[in-house]
Order: sequence, then structure tokens, then C-alpha cells
Amino acid sequence: MELLGHLLLGLQTAASLANLFYCFIGVFLGTAIGVLPGLGPTATIAMLLPVTFVLQPVTALIMLAGIYYGSQYGGSTTSILVNLPGEAASVVTTLDGYQMAKQGRAGAALAASALGSFFAGTVATLLIAGFGPPLASVALKFGPAEFFSLMVLGLVASVVLAQGSLLHAIGMVVLGLLLGLIGTDVNSGTQRFTFGVYELADGIGFVTVAMGMFGLGEIIRNLENEEGRSVMVTKITGLWPTREDFKRMVAPILRGTAIGSVLGILPGSGSILGSFAAYAVEKKVSKNRAEFGKGAIEGVAAPESANNAGAQTSFIPLLTLGIPSNPVSALMVGAMIVHGIQPGPSVITEQPALFWGMIVSMWIGNLFLVVLNYPLIGMWVRMIMIPYQFLYPGILVFCAIGVFSLNNATFDVYFMGLFGVLGYIFSKLGCEAAPMLLAFILGPLMEEYLRRAMLLSRGNPWVFIQRPISATLLALAVLAMCSVLIPAFSKTREEAFVEGSG
Amino acid sequence: MIRSGRDFWTGLIYIFFGAAAILIARDYGTGTAVKMGPAYFPTILGGLLLVIGAVSMIRSFIVAGAPISAFTFKGLFLITFPVLLFGFIVHGAGLVIALPLLIILSAAASIHFRWRATLIMTIVLTVFCVVVFLKGLGIPLPIIGSWFGG
Repeated sequence: MELLGHLLLGLQTAASLANLFYCFIGVFLGTAIGVLPGLGPTATIAMLLPVTFVLQPVTALIMLAGIYYGSQYGGSTTSILVNLPGEAASVVTTLDGYQMAKQGRAGAALAASALGSFFAGTVATLLIAGFGPPLASVALKFGPAEFFSLMVLGLVASVVLAQGSLLHAIGMVVLGLLLGLIGTDVNSGTQRFTFGVYELADGIGFVTVAMGMFGLGEIIRNLENEEGRSVMVTKITGLWPTREDFKRMVAPILRGTAIGSVLGILPGSGSILGSFAAYAVEKKVSKNRAEFGKGAIEGVAAPESANNAGAQTSFIPLLTLGIPSNPVSALMVGAMIVHGIQPGPSVITEQPALFWGMIVSMWIGNLFLVVLNYPLIGMWVRMIMIPYQFLYPGILVFCAIGVFSLNNATFDVYFMGLFGVLGYIFSKLGCEAAPMLLAFILGPLMEEYLRRAMLLSRGNPWVFIQRPISATLLALAVLAMCSVLIPAFSKTREEAFVEGSG
Repeated sequence: MIRSGRDFWTGLIYIFFGAAAILIARDYGTGTAVKMGPAYFPTILGGLLLVIGAVSMIRSFIVAGAPISAFTFKGLFLITFPVLLFGFIVHGAGLVIALPLLIILSAAASIHFRWRATLIMTIVLTVFCVVVFLKGLGIPLPIIGSWFGG
């Protein structure tokens, strides 16, 4: 019954007019971004962060969360209609979704995606509500050693799930941690790596880094192969699935939700892993496995449910432990800090309205998505047709003015340009930027926890494996790292990415 | 012989940043494990990055890897330069000059560049930004800059 009271509190917060409005705006923008090719959620959230700084903290976070799961949803629409996954998580949806669309069953595919996502979103919301508080109360007992180990686990997970060379991904994490240390050292007041530049005293803003690496870097990369960007939209017919379709959808949606929810909680994974795993499982257990790849509705329902479930449950480590599990939630950690909220287990007890309001708003946002997308599908389709050459100068303008508005300083504009170049070079070298951004935000926190842990243990480095929770977390990190070295896993990892980049 | 360009150049970048971190941090106090100084953590990280970079470089001579695909220098320049230019002239020239320059120069990076469409886009975007960002959100940027008496 306590849960009911909490959800009621959340409903009161989420159902306020302003919060409903910004939830709607977030979901709407998110869908638009998911639909538009070449603009991902990380870059968008970075672009819109400065705008949310003027809002109430709850409202800002509700809107940001809306952008995130809205973009997942929009990505599926393009996967089905034009064979272009807007998001990495919706790559597998193209396999059967686009085939269905070609056979004139786009409507059924979109419905499977919408219903699956909504169901998964509802279940995942309940999971957050159910598991969040107990997990947070465990985390409240965490000392600095545990938090340090938890961050190590999060970073290792992001490395394991990054594309390309494992060694390079670890390097990106270390580099990110280092860049995060630029600025004034909290303990001694020493200016570190600032080269006497006054603007660097507060460090480099995470929005600047994100906009540069994910915004500018992405644009330069997209300009490499412009010819390949012709869009063929299939005609949408058969807007309603048949009774047979509904019957075939049920089990995959349930399985997809379960798989996505579990994998979403893992730090570092978010929704991408879930959608791949759900598709793979469905391909093995389905009665209609012969149809897979040729337009099986199961092949749309399962990964779509999984990626939405994962997108939602990836908020569990963020809200209860304060540990971001992907670049998007890393940006949200940054946003919380800007709003004066220290992300971590104390958020639930100290800011119950914020915590429960956000959870309930996720469910409302999912409802918006279903209600919004069906009637608006024609508009989204027209949006897909916007040629990229009209899109990216606009993105640049928003980035330039947005990054300036952070501190009203042109200095940030220069740094964004610098990180754009860096982001492009790293992407050419096959090094993913996501682990770096995660590490960049965690860097100062990690140093602080390391210092405190060592102070408490009087300089004994074994403290990290003498305390049971910390030892468990580190063991998990080692296990995750070793799993990459196991041939079977590393093979599926590569296969998933080959499919992912295809 | 370098057999993997990706490993070689990534290694070199890591070594550069790792070595720089260690060298610069020498000026800050290291402290002890119990009471860490400002140089303690950066030195550990720098050392780690140095090792990773070195391993990557050694590996580049042994294991063959995927080649690095061609750079788009046109794209790199026509995206980065206009952004830097925007930052440099926005106060002096004002938004009505800085924004169109940013839009037109960056649009020229595309192979589908057309003057007419770009000019229309420039006008629409500039008006939109002035209305929304300056009038609406109150971002302190001049419409006409100090060079022109704005």
C-alpha cells in the first residue's frame, strides 16, 4: 500500500499542467529526433539542456526523460517505414519491420511496435517503482569504497558494450576520467591542467563535450557518404493488425519485455543489448521462425518491447545509485547536478516528489507516444523526407547558440569545435565516444570517493576487496571484462555490432 | 611496418595525453595514499593511459587491423571553421552577420549545396533564432555587433 501512496504522490507531481506540457514537448521532440536521420538522442539532449536549466528540476528531468524514450520510439518508425534505424536500439527492427512494410503491412508492424512499447513501458515503470526504493536503501549503506567500485563496474560495462577494440575503449574511459579532472581541485584548490586559462577553472562543461563529440563529430561523419542517403518511403496500408497478428504478438511482447527489463538495469547497456537479445531469443523459440527476416510480426514486437523496457529500466541505476548507465543518463546526471540535486540513493527520501513524479511521468509519456503517433504518422513520414543538407546547418546553429548560453561565453563555442574535431578523429579510429563521456562525468566523483575511501582505510588499498559489497561489485566488473575474452561471447558481440552497423 | 593504422594512431594519441598528464601534474603535490594531493589521481590515470597507448602501438606492428577510411577534410573544415568563426565574431559583428556566415559556410560542405535553397534557409533560421533565443529566452547576444555600432 505504501507503493500506492508513492504512486499517488508521483501522479500529483506528474499531472500538474506544466509537467504534463513539458512531458508532451519532450516526447514530441524526442520522436521528431528519432525520426530525423543523423541526429541522435545524446546530441539532442545536449542541445536542449540549456533550455531546461530555466525550468523546475522535476519538470526539466521529466522533459529530458521524455526526449530519451520518445527518440527510441521515433527510431522504430523509421526502421519500419524506410529501413533506416534512427537509433542503434532499433536496428533489429529493420530486419522484419521493413519487410512487413514492403508487403503492405506497415500498419500492423507499427501497431506491434506501439503496443509492445506501451506494454513494456508500463511494466518497466512498475519495476522502477517496486525495485527502486529497496535498492536505494541498500545503496544508502554504501561507503566511499562501494561507490568507487560501483563506478568501476559502470565504466567496465560501458567498455564491454562499446564497439571496436576493447583496449581502445578502456583508453577512452581513462582519457575521459582525465579530461574530467580539468579545473579546480576541490580538496586543495589547485588549478589542474588549466594552463592559466581563467575559463577552465570550473572545468570543461559536459554539455560542451557532448555537443562537440556527438553533435559536430556526427555531422562531419555523416557528410562522408551523402550519396547513400536516398529515402524511399513505403506506402502505409493496413493500419490495423488482424486478429491473427494480435495472437502472434502476445508472447513475443511478454518475452521481449522481460529480457529488455533485465538487461536495461545492467550499467552501461541501456536498451541496445535488450533489443538484440530479444530478437535472437525469439528467432530460436518462435513457432514461425521460418518467417524471420521475411516479415514476421514477432521480429518487430519482441525487440521493440525490449528496447523500450530497457530504456526505462536503465533509469533504475541512475535514480537509485546516481550511476549513469549510458551517455543519455550521464547527461541527466549532469543536469541534476546543475539543478543542485546530488544524484544518488538519497534522492528518493529527500526528493520524493521528484523521484515519483518522474516515474509516473514516464508512464504518461508512454501513453502520449501511443496516442500521438498513430494519428501523426503522416507527419513523421514527411519529416523523414527532409534532406540532410537542410538539417545539419540548423543543428550547428542550435549547438553554437546553445553552448554559448551555458555560461554566456564564446569560450565554450571554441571548445565545442575542438571536441568536434576530436570526436571525428576518434570515430575514424574506431573509438567510441560514449564510454569517454560517461567517464568524463564520473571523473571528479570517482576521485573524491577514492580519496575518502583511502582516508578512511588509512591508506590501505585492500579496502576495496575487504568490504563485501565493494568486493562483489569489483568481481562483477572482472567477470564482465573476462566475458569479452570468452570466444563465444566476443563472437556474438561482434556479430551484434556487424548487424548494428549494417 | 605499421600493420594497423587505427592501433598506431590511437596509441599515439593516448601516449600524448598520458605523458602530458604526468608531466603537467608534476607541478602539483602528489601527497600520500592516505591524503592524496591534486597530482595523485591524474598521475595514476596518465600512467594507465601511457601503458594502454604503448600496448596499442606495439600491437599495431604485430596484428593487422582494419584500415582507416578516408578523411573528409572538406567536411571537417567547413563544419569546424564556421563554428569557431561564429564564436570569434558574434560579439563584434552581431547575429545578423555571424549566423548567416555559419549557415552558408557549413551548408557548402554538402555535395547537394544550392545557393537559392541555402539563402532561404539562412533567412528563416536567422529570424527564428533572433526571435526565439534573443527575444524569447533572453540570451545576451547582440543582433548588430559593436563593430557596426550595435
